[in-house]
Amino acid sequence: MDSGDIAWVLVSAALVLFMTPGLAFFYGGMDRARNVLNMLMMNFWCLLIVPIVWALGGFSLAQVPFDNDFIGGFDSAFMRGFSITGEDGGGGLATMIFLGMFAVITPALISGAVADRMKFAAWAIFVPAWLLLVFVPVFKWVYGGWLGQRGSLDFAGGTAIHVNAGIAALAAVLVLGKRKGWPTEGHPPHSMPLVMIGTGILWFGWFGFNAGSALAANGQAVQAFANTFFAAAAAGLAWAAVERIRDGHFTNLGAASGIVAGLVAITPCAGFVAGMAPIYIGLVAGVVCCFAVQLKNKAGYDDALDVVGVHFVGGLVGSLLLGFFAEPDFFGIDVKSGLFHDGGLSLLGEQALANGVTIVWSFVVTTIIMLALKATMGVRVTEEVEAAGLDLAEHAETGYHSGAGLGV
Amino acid sequence: MKLITAVIKPFKLDEVQGALKGIGVNGMTITEVQGYGRQSGHTEVYRGTEYTVAFVPKVKVEILADEAQVDAIEEALAAAARTDKIGDGKIWVTDVSSVQRVRTGERGPDAI
Repeated sequence: MDSGDIAWVLVSAALVLFMTPGLAFFYGGMDRARNVLNMLMMNFWCLLIVPIVWALGGFSLAQVPFDNDFIGGFDSAFMRGFSITGEDGGGGLATMIFLGMFAVITPALISGAVADRMKFAAWAIFVPAWLLLVFVPVFKWVYGGWLGQRGSLDFAGGTAIHVNAGIAALAAVLVLGKRKGWPTEGHPPHSMPLVMIGTGILWFGWFGFNAGSALAANGQAVQAFANTFFAAAAAGLAWAAVERIRDGHFTNLGAASGIVAGLVAITPCAGFVAGMAPIYIGLVAGVVCCFAVQLKNKAGYDDALDVVGVHFVGGLVGSLLLGFFAEPDFFGIDVKSGLFHDGGLSLLGEQALANGVTIVWSFVVTTIIMLALKATMGVRVTEEVEAAGLDLAEHAETGYHSGAGLGV
Repeated sequence: MKLITAVIKPFKLDEVQGALKGIGVNGMTITEVQGYGRQSGHTEVYRGTEYTVAFVPKVKVEILADEAQVDAIEEALAAAARTDKIGDGKIWVTDVSSVQRVRTGERGPDAI
């Protein structure tokens, strides 16, 4: 890597790190006041434990050696083999850190689904277990492994991150069960301003997530940056417009949810689509996800903050639309073209396969992890703790001391 | 001595405070409260799901007053808090058996 590339990758890595606190605020604001600190800590726990697991061997298993199709090894475990002198100039280490930020936020995405009722100790074990058994192999298959070699594309993690975490969220809540009182008792957001701050931080950080995934300061990074800008705006507009027409008002939560859905959907596409494509992808994602978040009410799974509706569905929509919009000629790279650029159905088929495999693996293994935790330490707090709030019971802290103490 | 308690719309607090100052009331205590009367609550919509918010934010104002002042205070308070729309609130007056100013130990009307 030259100095320009290294500079951009390091900046991008810091941007992606900032997304996890952003996600924590996005979720925390949507959660109830008595559980806001538990939600923040579920996310910050990922910032504490995942870097350690990544250094011990997570990165190595997810990537090294690069010619393995299914799982890496231990060649780079314990931070072995990184050099900052010579030709590499620290590029390998920069990449390892950058990918580590993705490893942090991926399990954090799941926290929104299990909100309000999961034991913190169970979450603390779940995160490293899930990282090693689900994130690491899927990441390997998609990036350099057999799914990637067949020709499927995933620029910054639509399949490996959003579909993967989204379907895991569904598996987790099916084992965990519904919150007491759901869906009859309402669980409205306790702080919309917190949600909006979180959304802003996520969007800001996502420029590193997507444009940084070029792993270079080049034209592909510029286009990925532009796509991240346009798709999020289009999706926020689309979601809020649907709510305006369907429910009567242009809402903050609709705009915020749409922005995130658009960012999720453009993630797999960011370095492979150009022109007006990000706007079309964003519009589709905004409308589809706006309806997808209501599936839980009909199907009866309690995905508290809509991880399935936004991340799973948004990631899948983006990943499949890439089968239509991929335009490698524009980027001067040699990968499959989409249906709209004379590539036929081949890419769409590979996208469907890669996501299908990810869905099955992630759902099954996440279910096994959750069942194992349930059988050993238990995954749910007591009814009393659930009613009184997890902040006090699990962390001996209270989010807000002012106010009438109504515990809303 | 009387305790005048009023529950009013929060955005009317400044006007109420000004009106009471204007007639010589030099102290009050306020509390942010939630409640409902005939107005009942309202609905909010998040991601397409409707939530009923039964308790509406209000401000409770408490004023200790000498009996002779009560009518004037009630009147000024009601005039300042009124919007003529549902949810304007209520004012009620209760007897107070004893008042003491903590700093000086004064008791009764002198403590007001």
